[in-house]
Amino acid sequence: MTAPTVPVGDAAVEPRAAREGWRDLSWRRVKIVARSDMRQLIEDKGFWMPMVFLGAIFFLIIPTVLLLTITKIGNVEVVSQMSKTLEVLPSAAQDQIEGQSPEGKTAYALAVFLLAPIAIVVPLTISTAIGASTIVGERERGTGEFLAHSPAHEKEIYLGKLIASLVPGYATTLAGFGVYSLIVNLLVGPEVGGWFFPTASWWTLMLWVVPPFLALTLSIVLRLSARVKSTAAAQQAAGLVTLPMIAIAYSQSTGALFGASSSGLIIGVIAWILAIFGLSRGMRAVSRSRLLGVNDGV
Amino acid sequence: MTDAAPTTAGSPAPIVELSGVRRRFGQVDALAGLDLEVPANRITVLLGPNGAGKTTAIRMITGALDPHAGRVRTFGLDPSVHGEEVRRRCGVVSAKPALYDRLDGHANLAYSAELYGLGRGDHIDQRIREAAARFGIEHALDKRVGGFSTGMKTRLALARSILHQPDLLLFDEPTSGLDPESSHAVLDMIREMTDDGRTVVMCTHLLLEAEGLADKVIVMEAGDDLVSGTPTDLTRRFWPGTVVLVGAEAPIDPAVLRTIPGVRQIEPDSEPNQVRLHLDGDHRTPDVITALVANGLRLTRIEPISPTLEDLYFAVRTKRVAGEIAEDGGRRLADGEGADGGRDGDLTSVTDRTRQVAALTGWPGSEGSR
Repeated sequence: MTAPTVPVGDAAVEPRAAREGWRDLSWRRVKIVARSDMRQLIEDKGFWMPMVFLGAIFFLIIPTVLLLTITKIGNVEVVSQMSKTLEVLPSAAQDQIEGQSPEGKTAYALAVFLLAPIAIVVPLTISTAIGASTIVGERERGTGEFLAHSPAHEKEIYLGKLIASLVPGYATTLAGFGVYSLIVNLLVGPEVGGWFFPTASWWTLMLWVVPPFLALTLSIVLRLSARVKSTAAAQQAAGLVTLPMIAIAYSQSTGALFGASSSGLIIGVIAWILAIFGLSRGMRAVSRSRLLGVNDGV
Repeated sequence: MTDAAPTTAGSPAPIVELSGVRRRFGQVDALAGLDLEVPANRITVLLGPNGAGKTTAIRMITGALDPHAGRVRTFGLDPSVHGEEVRRRCGVVSAKPALYDRLDGHANLAYSAELYGLGRGDHIDQRIREAAARFGIEHALDKRVGGFSTGMKTRLALARSILHQPDLLLFDEPTSGLDPESSHAVLDMIREMTDDGRTVVMCTHLLLEAEGLADKVIVMEAGDDLVSGTPTDLTRRFWPGTVVLVGAEAPIDPAVLRTIPGVRQIEPDSEPNQVRLHLDGDHRTPDVITALVANGLRLTRIEPISPTLEDLYFAVRTKRVAGEIAEDGGRRLADGEGADGGRDGDLTSVTDRTRQVAALTGWPGSEGSR
């Protein structure tokens, strides 16, 4: 029964995540983990009701009220104040503004330039709320034990959880974007000679700039979720990360809309590079010992 | 089902082998040189107090955790290298059922089926229903697990563990939090699993549930194995003779008992006018009766005592606390070299549980704390 002890020093043990290389990665299992997590979110009315409400506020209620105020009520004072605001926009942006009347120009600028933050705030808020609790939640519920003993690789679990955090936020944003486009075209379109939205810059923003910012933020949030001891701590830490990320993403999104047509593409490329770097680093944060919640000194 | 290939000696190779395994969590040694072997198609029970390292041992077996030193082989494979292959052939039920409360029973099982590569479809649904039916939980498959009782969750976790038809089942305190009826039912189900050719490893600190279930017992403490073997072998090593409970109408004079040939030890019983005698063997019992009757005692009771797993456990642990089992004592005792035949009544007593517990816990009133 006695066997010689085979010392395996820490330095000699290659980290598990490194050993489970990309070659072994099963996208089928990534999909399974993601689908199960998303199914749990769908089953939780307490989660998706506020999510829908948040999307409705930013994509439906606020734009409708503002655009109606300008185009239909025709409050001269408000329009005049907003027209002055437009003067501070970059000349490239001012050149793009369409419309004949002050109301039309103001409404156009508002719809195309000034409501850009909604494209960023909504997905980041929703996705970080999900991502913050995704790994620490497994540990708290004890289900991390199930995943740790399962054949799934750590990378597969990480990517599955990343997708499950990213998709609800981005899907809500895309759905909201559709609603927003409809409202803008219905309310502002008649003022500028027909349906015009989304503009090319908005397409770039939604399809090229927002996803990498979302992935970059989630790469940080998932790392936090793997390291902290409780969901509450994860939410607090995620809040600290999300606010500056929203600020950065907002400024870059605004730049993508205001600047030349290529600026959105360039910002997107930089964001993707950062996101890929962040994800590759974040992938190492998920380990079986962290799913089990054991003190491994890591 | 298992690939327990015969060794050169003809006996099947163990399904699990841990040799000198060490694992540290921060400053704590969870495993401190653990050696264990799990034979194929048998139920092996890891016994030990909380913190003995039982759960960590299970995590090593599946490769959920890597050892810091030592050697782990499951199905002859190193789980830290062939983790996916090993885990695919293992079914685990942890102390907490580890189920997703927001999903229904079917979705929990379907998730597991997919992760273990069974896929989806009608044939998987059928398999899920069969697994659930085996543990009497099929009626609740469409209900959210969050509303399940502890017993229902345990049954569902058991169903999930066999869904992919694993060769090795690992149960970590599967009856934790269950009422006696449910515990009994779960243990019966575990017993049935070896009938299918599966190998079972079960951790528990509840001795009663291991009694009659274990084909092999490994007593653990502080991350190390103290003794291992079949319950019968271990009992024989600790109590190689016979223990007989003797009762009489009047107090039995120990001086008389000491004169009887074959009496190795006299142990008082909690009942007055009763003693427990440790004899050389069964053949000494008639001598005892003859001698006591010849001394004018009217006997009311003569009863052979079979030491239980609980007796064994306390005897092993109190011996360890008293330093009679050295660091390598597990191997020494398992080889039969260290068995003292119960000559030390203080430590291998089958009755004086109060004193043993006091010695182990060191609580106030104990006669000999650590």
